Amino acid sequence: MSPQRFYKLPPPGVDPAKLSGTLIVIEGPDSSGRSTHIGLLRSWLEEQGYAVAQVGLKRSNLVAAELEKAKQGNILSPRTLSLFYATDFYDQLENQIVPALRAGFVVLSDRYIYTLMARDIVRGAEPGWVESIYSMAPVPEAVFYLMVSSKTLVDRTFQAHAELDYWESGMDCGLGRDWFSSFLKYQRKIRQEFVTMQKAYGFDVVNANRTIPALDADLKGRVQQVLSRVEKR
Amino acid sequence: MIVSRREEHLPGKLIAVEGLDGSGKSTQIHLVHQWLRSKGYRVFFTEWNSSSLVREATKKGKKRQLLTPTTFSLIHATDFADRYERQMLPLLRAGYIVLCDRYIFTSFARDATRGCDQTWLREMYGFARIPDITFFFRLPLEVALGRILEGRPQLKYFEAGMDLGLSPDITESFRVFQGRVLDQYLKMADEYGFTVMDATLSVHEQQKRVRSAIQERIDLALYHKRFFQ
Repeated sequence: MSPQRFYKLPPPGVDPAKLSGTLIVIEGPDSSGRSTHIGLLRSWLEEQGYAVAQVGLKRSNLVAAELEKAKQGNILSPRTLSLFYATDFYDQLENQIVPALRAGFVVLSDRYIYTLMARDIVRGAEPGWVESIYSMAPVPEAVFYLMVSSKTLVDRTFQAHAELDYWESGMDCGLGRDWFSSFLKYQRKIRQEFVTMQKAYGFDVVNANRTIPALDADLKGRVQQVLSRVEKR
Repeated sequence: MIVSRREEHLPGKLIAVEGLDGSGKSTQIHLVHQWLRSKGYRVFFTEWNSSSLVREATKKGKKRQLLTPTTFSLIHATDFADRYERQMLPLLRAGYIVLCDRYIFTSFARDATRGCDQTWLREMYGFARIPDITFFFRLPLEVALGRILEGRPQLKYFEAGMDLGLSPDITESFRVFQGRVLDQYLKMADEYGFTVMDATLSVHEQQKRVRSAIQERIDLALYHKRFFQ
């Protein structure tokens, strides 16, 4: 077993040599099918005898209520919001992800630092600043980015919610007053950010315009490869 | 959008006070505030850890002892960014003198003591302007400890650095923690050009020196309410 790698230094108090689990990240926009596929992967991995922990950028105990309040009122500056999200991320990293990795679990993360970084950069944050903030994150064994065309995304979003989300439409970014066109512009910007990051961070871009069974089979094949690679070390 | 270059020219001036708990810095900056206000200068005062939204989360985190060194640091940076972008930066752009009771150096000193990486801390606060004057109120450790331990024996968990496991005894932990924080401050003094004040002098004597240092380095007439830039 080789020690868990981090982008830079691990957070104080975390010993990389003690983290024996495997971190796998599924990234992608809302309605790209992340949670469906994580659920399918989880059952499949458990059938094969792997202990699985599911984590995500849900809200942590620490700043949940305050973050929600801030988003409702849209009263924080972009940088404050960035740091609030970073606090939330590290709270989950230290309280969920690290303990699960220490216990040797396969950790399936529904989104990760990349979504947070892309959102910040689209809102004008300096990429170097954002990278530095998240530099204490563990490097995942694999990142699967579920790439969806705008058309598929719009169709799926309307089928699921019948309306567009304020933040997912980037309505705070001044891209226009029309929600639909703002949504398309914002999602395109985020996608471009992911394409840029893909070069630096080496994501696997996965075509998620396909049916659930087709994508499921593809993802399982990829996860299988990751696990056999890890086991050979 | 997030744009606030540290080097950008701003018409306002930024004055910060730093020092250990018990060093008397809050008293001194309060007196500076009173002085500038009574003379009719455009001045604004802000203190560490005081943004209303973030305060709730911080309070909760501290009470339940949920914070790690990393989240402790981040939550204070969030608070700082909120005050910086909402108040301090706009006021500096508008030509105000902004007075800060504690600034980013508090985080550099405390969070580095808690094990946070120096580079990480400095990059995180990279958006914050270095003050025009940073007064550091220097007091021998034993004197600072004496002032706090005499007057306010109810030490708080994080304030005493209990999260570091330095000692099971809260008073002892506070002593060790404050000593390490002081070392961190002293290491920064040259790098950031602190104006070091002898905090063993009388309050009045210190204030006289603080005021003359400000007058020497800032053309106060430019900040008078009658003067329009």
